[in-house]
Amino acid sequence: MGVTTEARLDAEKVRADFPIFKQPMHGKPLAYLDSANSSQKPRQVLDAVRDFYETSYANVHRAVYELGGRATEGYEGARDKVQAFVNAESRREVIFTKGATEALNLVAYAWGLDNLGPGDTVLVTELEHHSNFVPWQYIAGRTGADFAAIPIDGCGELALDSLDELARTRRVKVVACGLVSNSLGTINPVERLGAWAHDQGAIMVVDACQAAPHRPIDVQALGCDFLAFTGHKMLAPSGIGVLWGRQELLQKMSPFELGGEMIRSVSIERTTWNELPNKFEAGTPPIAQAYGLGVAIDYLSVVGLEAIEEHEARLTAHTIERLAEIPGLTLFGPPADRRAGIVSFTLAGVHPHDVAQILDSEGVAVRAGHHCNQPLMHRLGIPATTRASLYLYTLEDEVDRLVAGLQRVREVFK
Amino acid sequence: MSDMDELYRDVILDHYKNPRGHGDMQKPDAQADGLNPLCGDEVSIFVSFAEDGDTIEEVKFQGRGCAISQASTSMLMEMVQGRSAVAVAAMDREELLEEVGIPLTPVRLKCALLGLGVLKVALHRAKGTPLPDEWAGLDELELA
Repeated sequence: MGVTTEARLDAEKVRADFPIFKQPMHGKPLAYLDSANSSQKPRQVLDAVRDFYETSYANVHRAVYELGGRATEGYEGARDKVQAFVNAESRREVIFTKGATEALNLVAYAWGLDNLGPGDTVLVTELEHHSNFVPWQYIAGRTGADFAAIPIDGCGELALDSLDELARTRRVKVVACGLVSNSLGTINPVERLGAWAHDQGAIMVVDACQAAPHRPIDVQALGCDFLAFTGHKMLAPSGIGVLWGRQELLQKMSPFELGGEMIRSVSIERTTWNELPNKFEAGTPPIAQAYGLGVAIDYLSVVGLEAIEEHEARLTAHTIERLAEIPGLTLFGPPADRRAGIVSFTLAGVHPHDVAQILDSEGVAVRAGHHCNQPLMHRLGIPATTRASLYLYTLEDEVDRLVAGLQRVREVFK
Repeated sequence: MSDMDELYRDVILDHYKNPRGHGDMQKPDAQADGLNPLCGDEVSIFVSFAEDGDTIEEVKFQGRGCAISQASTSMLMEMVQGRSAVAVAAMDREELLEEVGIPLTPVRLKCALLGLGVLKVALHRAKGTPLPDEWAGLDELELA
């Protein structure tokens, strides 16, 4: 058997595809360390979306003329690409939404309102982004179900020893968990959690926003029931997201939004629903955005998700090693070999906003705030963190500039 | 001088590290809490009036947040001490921004104006006057 080696990712070469890096920021090269927030876009995606609008745009699914056909092919072709990207059994399981937030709300409303009630428990985690936390808290409240969160340990990893107690004392109907924490970079054991959820008779809902752009996703191997992610964090335009769901569950669910496209027939007496996936795509969808997502998936596939994962793992180790040099810096989350390319920290005596502002003046873009993770911030006993996040175009030099910028922050606030 | 040096000039850092009027107040005549949900900055302001019921005799604040929000609130405490509550409730935001005197992006402008907004909520509430439209919504963001 021959030995195959992943081609190592050449970030300098990848970077040349991203026009945003051509412009200086405050007179310095842009160090963009905020891809967990939103990624930059390669010219392949930008050009393709522009070309789509210029040559193939019309509304989808309803126009009989040539352009309508081209637009529908572009939109539905993107669905096929998403199906392959997450290894879904059927393209009917791929629902386009305007983002992951809408995807998760869809499950919470359309599945939750019909299947939850008093005595049931909806279980999230302390690591959840508000978009996989608040909809469940709200729907639990609406249906009379209990709402609970799996706690984290001192490393920012889920404390799964709490599951035995939960299994004994509660009727868990939903487990909602992210694949990768957007604040701490923790990689969660979703396969194990999914198996446990199914033992309880619960559904497993996965927020893959911070995973899908960075590592291969296989919904069948994960053994989950629903998985959501967004396009704008993975080189695609904003305004497009994906909900993947198991067909037998989606078929039984009530619709979420109602209107055009999602109906089979409408009369004053009775309206019936369209088949999957259209049943969950009311109204004119984000057509060009979906097309752009398909092109982004092509781009990621050419670079290779394994190569991206390996590149980020190497840079994450470098980031954590270099940040340890800064006096007064507290790093949150697990060690480098158990986390994705997301690094959150605080600097003694300086608010994260001020850290981010001074870094900006050095051309270094990072996020500062609670990262839509207020329950986690409460748990950590801090109002906010500064967060650096990495992607396929991130250079080691950008991380080194972050470290130099943090030394500058310390000088200003000394 | 770079933008950054202007933003973090010594007077801002001094007010941040040594905030004026920082503290609690028993039985304030006017009080409000506010936060900036975008960044989590928090400010609570307490006011006591003189016997005329209008002169700001004492004003205190508590809070946590970035240097810009905390320093501008500290500066505000010095500015409004001894002034008429009705006048301060109608105070133009430019008056504070001139005092703060640093270039602000729209995001940081919210930080710089948080304290003034909370003070206005407190004063309008105490006087029973409506909060001007410019500050609308701030009184809906009570601290938990």
